[in-house]
Amino acid sequence: MRDHFAVKYLRVELLPTSFCPGCGNGTVMNAFLKALEELGYENLKEFVFVSGIGCSSWIPNPYFKADSIHTLHGRAIPVALGLKLARPELNVVVIAGDGDLASIGLEHLIHAARRNADLLVLMVNNMIYGMTGGQQAPTTPIGFETSTTPYGNIEKPFDTCAVVAAAGANYSARWTIAHFHRLKESIKKAMGKRGFRFIEVVSPCTSHIVRKLKLPVSTYIRQLREKSILINTGGRGEITIGEYADRDEEGFVSRVYEYINRVRGC
Amino acid sequence: MNREFKPCVNIDRCKGCGICVDVCPVKIFKISTIPNSRGYYYTTVIGSGCTGCRLCEYMCPDFAVYIVEDKL
Amino acid sequence: MRMLISGNIACAEGALRAGCRFYAGYPITPSSEIMEYMAMELPKHGGIFFQAEDEIAAINAIIGASWGGLKSMTATSGPGFSLMQEGLGYAVMTETPLVVIDVMRVGPATGQATKSAQGDLMQARWGRHGDQQVVILAPSSPQECLDLTVKAFNISEELRVPVIVLSDEIIGHMRETVEIPEHFNIVNRKITEDLSKPPFHSDNPMEAPPMPLIGKGLNIMVTGSTHNEWGLRDTREFKTHFKLVKRLVEKIKLNAKRVFEYEEYNIENSTIGFVSFGSVARSVKGAVKILREKGVEASYINLKTLWPIIDNPIVKMAERVKAIIVPEMNMGQLVLDVERIAQNKCLVVSLNKVGGGEPIYPSEIASKALEVIG
Repeated sequence: MRDHFAVKYLRVELLPTSFCPGCGNGTVMNAFLKALEELGYENLKEFVFVSGIGCSSWIPNPYFKADSIHTLHGRAIPVALGLKLARPELNVVVIAGDGDLASIGLEHLIHAARRNADLLVLMVNNMIYGMTGGQQAPTTPIGFETSTTPYGNIEKPFDTCAVVAAAGANYSARWTIAHFHRLKESIKKAMGKRGFRFIEVVSPCTSHIVRKLKLPVSTYIRQLREKSILINTGGRGEITIGEYADRDEEGFVSRVYEYINRVRGC
Repeated sequence: MNREFKPCVNIDRCKGCGICVDVCPVKIFKISTIPNSRGYYYTTVIGSGCTGCRLCEYMCPDFAVYIVEDKL
Repeated sequence: MRMLISGNIACAEGALRAGCRFYAGYPITPSSEIMEYMAMELPKHGGIFFQAEDEIAAINAIIGASWGGLKSMTATSGPGFSLMQEGLGYAVMTETPLVVIDVMRVGPATGQATKSAQGDLMQARWGRHGDQQVVILAPSSPQECLDLTVKAFNISEELRVPVIVLSDEIIGHMRETVEIPEHFNIVNRKITEDLSKPPFHSDNPMEAPPMPLIGKGLNIMVTGSTHNEWGLRDTREFKTHFKLVKRLVEKIKLNAKRVFEYEEYNIENSTIGFVSFGSVARSVKGAVKILREKGVEASYINLKTLWPIIDNPIVKMAERVKAIIVPEMNMGQLVLDVERIAQNKCLVVSLNKVGGGEPIYPSEIASKALEVIG
């Protein structure tokens, strides 16, 4: 009996997910799993997923039928790094949200990018703290009303991709879930690279942002597409999509092992 | 060779978000007037003409909509 | 082999002998020598070292490496230890073996970075939010630094729990002859590749379940949320949480007799007793000598395990002596235990001195004893 293509990678018995109707998390899962399917992975045996705390951190744990480590808020990256150093043969993927990775976990994100740690990081950016009830995030646009900026956000949001690219990551890119194919191809490209690969996906939070705007989520997704400008067209739109960095420097893990071999004289 | 595409809906998984209704290029989906066992007004297939673009399957956040290809 | 080394180096040597092959740490006085020594030696043994961006990254990285199958550790002092508490709680909840060495210094906050103190005892026990128990070992000499660090790894591997080695700056920086045996008794964690049995459950409440191996297609779920025996998160049911937290807490309590280590002297003949740990235990031994010269028979208990604790030795002392004096380089932490355990069978007196790294001198301890006896 044929079923949705993604289902072979999921714990079907736990569906439907606990995500809100229209949440971008499910679409991000589709893009990621389609990329893996097209790369020839029939299952997730070679992967370990590490996530933090937040709605998107629930993506791998418990929904992916794979090894997953669900860590503390903001700390997915150091756990993933320790694990990758101990087991370099495994594909270690971090999936977490903007509150987790770009706020409390920002220190770890930047240093992992600086080290060019061999991790693939998917940051699902819904521009808010969804799980805890809609508080301001460092990625919330100016003027936005959130539960902690009830009179409008007065802080400029982060351009996380630019920060990660500046720190030295091999790959830093942003897409929205309205750019399904570009996102999928970007994931496939990142899977073939070494070093630190960071992909940010702008995604709707239906319960807090889309609801406040009083829009159907499909309209919001169309708006994401309309507001996006590709980075290499020289413009900076409301949402700049595209690749901020695409390098091929040596990754941290191989440098660590080279260092050890050099010390041991082999 | 004729390729025929059949959109399928897993009613229990659907949360009625309406994304498939919006992205389908031939407007083959419509939200039902009766809820599923979880209280969501699920999507239903009306009519024919599915092009097999699979935008619904890719965009569906709940793995509820998918295309089955019958090779004739 | 005999070496003249400091307590810090002895800890590091113990770790290497116990099979530690991953270290992630952050510099902090007075523990940095441990990190620097591991940076030098680990690569020679094929082990992995990296300096993390902060202590929070350090504790989380060693958690990841432990799940990757390596024996991992870090070393720190008070301020860093405070930062690591959340990570330690996560390690308890997920039953991740690891060792943390806290070389105590004067606090709170920045305090006196280069000066010894003993103020982290209660924090080592209770610093994590929620219900949890860890194992805490307290060396009082460089030799014990070596031996207890090896023991720390063995306990953490067997019970799948973080073990804290509570050293202090005096012990960490003092140099003594350390005997390093050829062979150590090493315990390795039990692992499993069989997921027909639930990985977060043990039929025997004294034993930790075997640790499932990541990367073998077992589809393991590790989470810091309350989880059932299969690792599936359950944030609703009373039964799930109570069963889990009971098992985690009893895992330590039921092993107290096996884990608890202490040194006692002369309890039967004494009229006054001392209970202490770490560098203060050394001064206590000197005080006993001074008192004997003055015709007073004193006894001591030197606690080498600060959690879990077996009450019997202190009860025995309380039934024998007129008073127990608890000298400690803090404002009174171990004395709370002794008061509880002594249960008014004798007088319990606190001797508090902290600051400037000044040890509590044997003469000060002896004077206090004479003052208490009257």
